[in-house]
Order: sequence, then structure tokens, then C-alpha cells
Amino acid sequence: MTFKKTLLAGMIGATVTGATLLPSLAAAQTTLRMAYDADPVSLDIHEQLSGGILQLSHMTHDPLVRWTSDLDFEPRLATGWEQVDDTTMRMTLREGVEFHSGNAFTADDVVWTVERLKRSPDFKGIFTPVESVTAIDEHTVEFKTGEPYPLLLNLATYVFPMDSAFYSGTAEDGDPKDEIVKNGNSFASSNLSGTGPFTVVEHQKGTRMEFERNPDYWDEDSPGNVDRIVHTPISENATRVAALLSGDVDFIAPVPPNDLERVRESDDAELVTMSGTRIIFFHMDQNRVDAFQDERVRQAFAYAVNQDAIADRLMKGFATPAAQFSPKGYAGHIESLERRYDLEKAQELMAEAGYADGFEITMMAPNNRYVNDAKIAQAVATMLARINVDVDLKTMPKAQYWGEFDDRAADMMMIGWHADTEDSANFHEYLTACPDADTGAGQYNAGNYCNPELDKLVSEANVEVDLEQRAEMLQQVEQTLYDEAAFVPLHWQDLAWASAPNVDIEPVLNVMNFPYLGDLVIEEE
Amino acid sequence: MIAFLVKRIFHALLVMFVISLIAFSIQDNLGDPIQQMVGQSVPESEREALREELGLNDPFLVQYLRFAKNAARFDFGYSYNFNQPTTEVIARHLPATLELVAAATFLIIALSVPIGVYSAIKPRAWLSRFFMGVSIVGISIPVFLTAIVLIQLFAIGVSWTPFPTDTAWGNWLNDLVTTEGGMPAYGRGDPVHVFGTWYTNFASPRGLLYLVLPAISLASIMLPLFIRLIRAEMLEVLQSEYVKFARAKGIRLRRIYFLHALKNTMLPVITVGGVQIGTLVAYTILTETVFQWPGMGLMFLDAIERSDIPLIVTYLMIVGLIFVITNTLVDLIYGLVNPTVKLTGKPA
Repeated sequence: MTFKKTLLAGMIGATVTGATLLPSLAAAQTTLRMAYDADPVSLDIHEQLSGGILQLSHMTHDPLVRWTSDLDFEPRLATGWEQVDDTTMRMTLREGVEFHSGNAFTADDVVWTVERLKRSPDFKGIFTPVESVTAIDEHTVEFKTGEPYPLLLNLATYVFPMDSAFYSGTAEDGDPKDEIVKNGNSFASSNLSGTGPFTVVEHQKGTRMEFERNPDYWDEDSPGNVDRIVHTPISENATRVAALLSGDVDFIAPVPPNDLERVRESDDAELVTMSGTRIIFFHMDQNRVDAFQDERVRQAFAYAVNQDAIADRLMKGFATPAAQFSPKGYAGHIESLERRYDLEKAQELMAEAGYADGFEITMMAPNNRYVNDAKIAQAVATMLARINVDVDLKTMPKAQYWGEFDDRAADMMMIGWHADTEDSANFHEYLTACPDADTGAGQYNAGNYCNPELDKLVSEANVEVDLEQRAEMLQQVEQTLYDEAAFVPLHWQDLAWASAPNVDIEPVLNVMNFPYLGDLVIEEE
Repeated sequence: MIAFLVKRIFHALLVMFVISLIAFSIQDNLGDPIQQMVGQSVPESEREALREELGLNDPFLVQYLRFAKNAARFDFGYSYNFNQPTTEVIARHLPATLELVAAATFLIIALSVPIGVYSAIKPRAWLSRFFMGVSIVGISIPVFLTAIVLIQLFAIGVSWTPFPTDTAWGNWLNDLVTTEGGMPAYGRGDPVHVFGTWYTNFASPRGLLYLVLPAISLASIMLPLFIRLIRAEMLEVLQSEYVKFARAKGIRLRRIYFLHALKNTMLPVITVGGVQIGTLVAYTILTETVFQWPGMGLMFLDAIERSDIPLIVTYLMIVGLIFVITNTLVDLIYGLVNPTVKLTGKPA
């Protein structure tokens, strides 16, 4: 039975590749051969909220609006938007757009997509504020939120309209085509129809993915000239770099820090780096260690850690040292917050709090999740030794680490966080809000820091439609977290991509790490 | 003969049962598969629902019995990551690994026999000493280092000018230490479809090129071992009475070496070799990772990183099966080469 199935699958695979070989014989095609460290888990863009899936979404679909490189909004499938009242936004949709299947794109597809997003276990969380979406006419939709919600446009960057007609009905196995299945096969996990610049020709998971340019792509102003993309995931850092330098591929990401210099100096490659938005930091667990309840001790820890040294030496300049959660460009970012490395001050504070002789703590960090994560943890442990804190450090692979993290298994735990909404409030909600298992607030607050006033401030900010007012509130949150030393900030991890010299990647890159490959230009050699 | 095979099949089942039990009992230490399946901001309630759906909350015995019941019907479950039956996933990755092992085995046999025999016949020749020296170095270099050095030399290329470039001899020496690069550094290229899930690299010169570097680095682990083994056995055989007698009889040396002595040398080599080929399948994990060769080793490492437990368990069981099969084949071949050995172990 299984063997028969395997045979059948093999035969289907054979006919698919047979068919794809033919068009590749056509002359004068511009092909981009690229290698990320992994390929998307599925073709169902609602199955997982992850970088890989969003990168795929930007290739095969179009969002209603998308981020520009300076964190502004750019119209895509929505051409205009207006706030009708505090809780209602009306969006005008682009006309004359077709899905890959040939179906016309209408307001019903947007409604269908948002309703599916609200069913997806991964996306429903960020879409809770949206109460309903209705189609006013064929090309107008209305978003209604329960309360005034200032981040509706941020959410619209996650709405990649799917072809509702294509995904309706039942698949061959009798299951509905629109079901979202995390484990097992679903129609949507292997079939795709969006409006985007590329169609998926082939997906051999973990091995190879092939895209072809959508010949009827609506955006005729796009400078993009790539006809075909072949994506081969290469998880091994050294091999990925070697593949670029030897000319086997034209575009790779991420570029590992150890190879940055090598790639920068090579004549065969162009390197692009950008300060990222993922903050790496340590929690100090106040439930496990009484001393951490003393603000002076937390301050002392924050003063003892030298972020600049870590960014310069360990990360080889491939990180932006941080003193707060929010990276530049976010509403809550405070330009004037300084990193406070000062060993003497740290020792003084420890003495003041009555811990001049220090104490012992345990620390945990992953060793394959963030760039140099285990080494960073070692460095921090060494720095804490200077204020007589004896650190028992344990590092482990990410697969094991998150279980330990959920159990709050150590006094200090490392975590990196990227705000899915590209907004400052998200940091506090997940990382420093008073932990509450029922509401899910502070789900990743392994420090058990709790300041109800801040929680109140953030929930007020979340319904504040005046963006300037809101930014002020969020900055106040950052300032308080800094003053009370709620956590030990380290740095924002930089992003790095590299390409062959004739592939002009810089214009299509952004700090979210969603390259807009539809607009990519490859120069003739 | 039949009794022997039946016994071996029973062995295989026992081995697979024990492996599945061990693999299953360590799964709690392999990490939480849910973590890999959902985004970071997914609330705990959703995770719990998914965990319940996958049956991860059931007691160990319940989980194992459910698995064993399905496994008895050749249903090993679905891979969490691939969303396909694990047997299908492995069937897709197996040919790549087998081709790599086949290519490495070919290299090992083609090189180890002549080199081993030569260094036994002429133990004092400088070439023999050179081979022995290189094999000591070869045996102590880890495979991923070999692989990365090979990539740097032959895929990226090295341009090195330690000698003066203004003289002819300097240029000549510089050219000698400079490599061109250009060999494929990763993956299989566009393998040709044979049947089912089998795509082959052996069908075209371009396909073979993709095999060269991975096969060399995989072979580099076993090659020194085989050279030394063949040399040692051959030396011993050359001391034996019948070789001396053959010499005294005036039979041509070539005939003595390659017909009489080599045959007897190969007996223990087959035994060791068969087992080592099984080990080679396991070693592909490193080679495949560096070269991104889309075979079982790469798939397995990925499965571990993602806590894809069903795939891990199935892989381990299949590797166990491969070991049993190669051992059985070795015993059969041994019986053919040396008829004095009785397979069932009973006195004749």
C-alpha cells in the first residue's frame, strides 16, 4: 500500500519535473539561483507565522500594503485607505488583478482571507482586534475593530489575499480545501494561488523549490526582470558561502558573521548588511532569585554588561548594541537612552544592596538559535563574575531550550524577540507584562517582572489613535523598563545578505527580512 | 540456507523492535516538536490543543503501543515537518545516500586494493612509505575538515603566489599550488529520473561531477583503514607456506600475488568491509551536511533539529535494518568465497 503510494508519488514527481524541463529550454531567461538556510515549511501561508512563510508570501502573493525600507506603508493590493470613524477603516482595492488561477481578485477574497487568518492558530492572536471585515462593493472592504485600534495598517501587511474560489470545495481526500493542518497533508499545503509576481512550479521540501514569473502580474511598473527562481536551501553556513563564492548560486542569506569579511573582500560577491529589529537580551527571574527583586541588583547587572564589547568583538560589528527593546524607527524608540556599561557603578550598586560578595545564579542559553548565542552567554557570564556573581551556565540546542524556557528553568535566560507587528507595544506584551496564564500576557516573561502601571499604559496605547500621543506613551514604557532595569539588553542582531555582483539586491531588501524579489533586477552579463 | 535466512529475518525484527523502543524512550529529551511547528507568539492554549491532537500527552506505553500497532502494518506515521508518511520521506532521500555510498565504495575498492597490495609486495619502497604516511594523516583528519578543504580548493579555488612571479620556475610552482575551482560545491544538480523515487547522478558526466567531492570526502574515512588492512593481511599471506612453495615451484610472481595470495587476503577484508559499508551509511550524516547532499543523513540531522520524532524513529529503524542486511550479505558472500564455513554454525 505504502509502496504503491510511494511509486505513484514518484511518478507524479517525474511528470512534474518533465514538464518543467521544457520551458527552461527556452532561450534568454533570467534565472535567480538562491540559497536561504531553510525553505518554507509549507505552501499554506497561514500554517505558520515565521520568517520563511512571510518571505514566501512576498514572492507568491501581494499584501494589501507593505513596508518600505524606511518603515512606511506602500500600497499594494489596497490602493487607498481612510479611517471612517474610530473603529472603522475602509480600503479601496486594486482593480484588474488576477490570481495565478485566472480568477479575478475581489473584495470577497480579502474577506475570505481575513476570516481564514482568524482561524489560523498562529495568526489569530495578532488578528484578535479585528472584529469583522465586510465587502462594501467589488473593490472596497471595511475593517471593523472592537475598540479603536491604531495598528490596523501594520496588520494589513499580513493580509496576503488568497484565491477564495481556488481554495473552496473539497479536495480529493474529502477534506475541505481551506483547512489549516499543522501535521499532515492539506490541499493548501501543496497547492497555491495568489496574485504575486511568482508562481510555484515545484517544491521538493528541504531540497529544491522552483518559481516562475507570473506572466500576468498586475504591477507593470515593477522593474523586476527575474523570470525564474531556483531556491536550494543550504543549512550549513560554510557551504552556503562557498556556493556563492564558487558561483553556484547568485543570492544567499543569512551570511554568517565569521564569513562577513571574506564575502566583503571577495570580487565575486556583494555584501549588504542592515541593523535588524530582533533584540537579544537576558531575563532576570525575580521569582527564582530574591536578590533580583531589588532594583539596585538588576541595575548592577545592567551596568556590568558591556554591550559594545560583545557587538564589536564577538559579533564582529554585526550587531547594534542596545539599551532598550525598540529599534530605531519604532514608535517607542528613545534616541537618548544610553548603554550603561560602568563596572565601578555596578560594584557600588551591589554593595549598596548588600551583595558586595555577590551570589550564585544559574543561566541558560540556546546554542543554535541566534547568531553566536552560546558565546554571548559565556561573555555575559564572565562580565558578571566581575561583580562577584558566580554563573552556572548551561547551553543547549533550541529544540531542548524552549522547553526549559517554558519551565523557567534558570535564573537568567536568553531570548531574542522580533515584534510581529513591527510595533513597540508587542515587546512589552510578550516580554515584560505581568505574567497571566489566562490572557497569555507576558508569555515569554521569564523575568517575572511585573509593573501593573506599565500594563495599563500599554493597553491604553493600544486604543490610542493619535499616533504621536501613542508614541509618547510607548516611550514612557521603554523609559520605565530602562530605569527599573527590567531586563539586561544586549543588541539588535544585524541582517546580512550577499549576492553575485550582477544581482542588485540592495533595493529590494528591508529590515523585516522580506526581500521583495518581484522587483529584483539582474543585470545582463 | 533457508533456516539461516529465517533466523536473520527474525534478528532484523528484533533489532528494529529494540531500536524503536530506545528511540521512543529518548524522545522526551529530543525537545518539543510543537515549538518547531508554531510561531513564537502562539498562545499556550493553542499549543496544548495541538499537543493533544498529536497524542503527545498520552503516557509512554500508550504512545508506544499505538506506534507499534501501526508499525506492524508498515505505517510509521507522519513526519511533523514534511507532512508526509515517514516511509515516503525516507524513500525519497534513500537513493541519494545509496548513490553516494556506492560512489565512495567504488573509490575505496579501486584505490585500496592496488595500494594495499603494492605496499605489501614492496614494503620498503619510498612510494609505500608515502602511502602509509598519508593514510595515517588521512585516518586522523575529521571528515568535515576534509570536505571544507576540498570545497575551498576545488569549488572556490585558491590563488596563492608564494614564489616569485617574475621567473619561469616561480610561475610554474605558483601554478602548481593554485587551484581553479569550479567543481560543484553543494547538492546534486539535476539528477536523471530512473523510476519511482530514484533519481540518479550516474547517468550524465555533469551528474558525476556533483558526486566527486562528496564521494572523495566520504571515502577518505575508510580508505586508509582498508589500505592498512589489505597490506597487513597480504604481508601475512606472503609469509605462508603455500606462497613460499609456489615461489619455489617457479610460478610467475604476478600469478602468485594476484591469484593465490590476494584471494586469501580478501577473506577478512570482506568481513570487515561489509560492516564498514554499513557504518559508511551512518557517516554520510557529516558529509551530506557539508555538501548539502539531499540524502538521509541531511534529512536526519534536520529531523533532530526540528524534533521530528516519527521521522527520527523511522530513520533509526531503517538504518538498523540496513546493518542487518549488509551483515547477512557479508555472511552469504563469505560462505561462497570460503565453502569451509557453514552458515548455520552447526558442525558439518
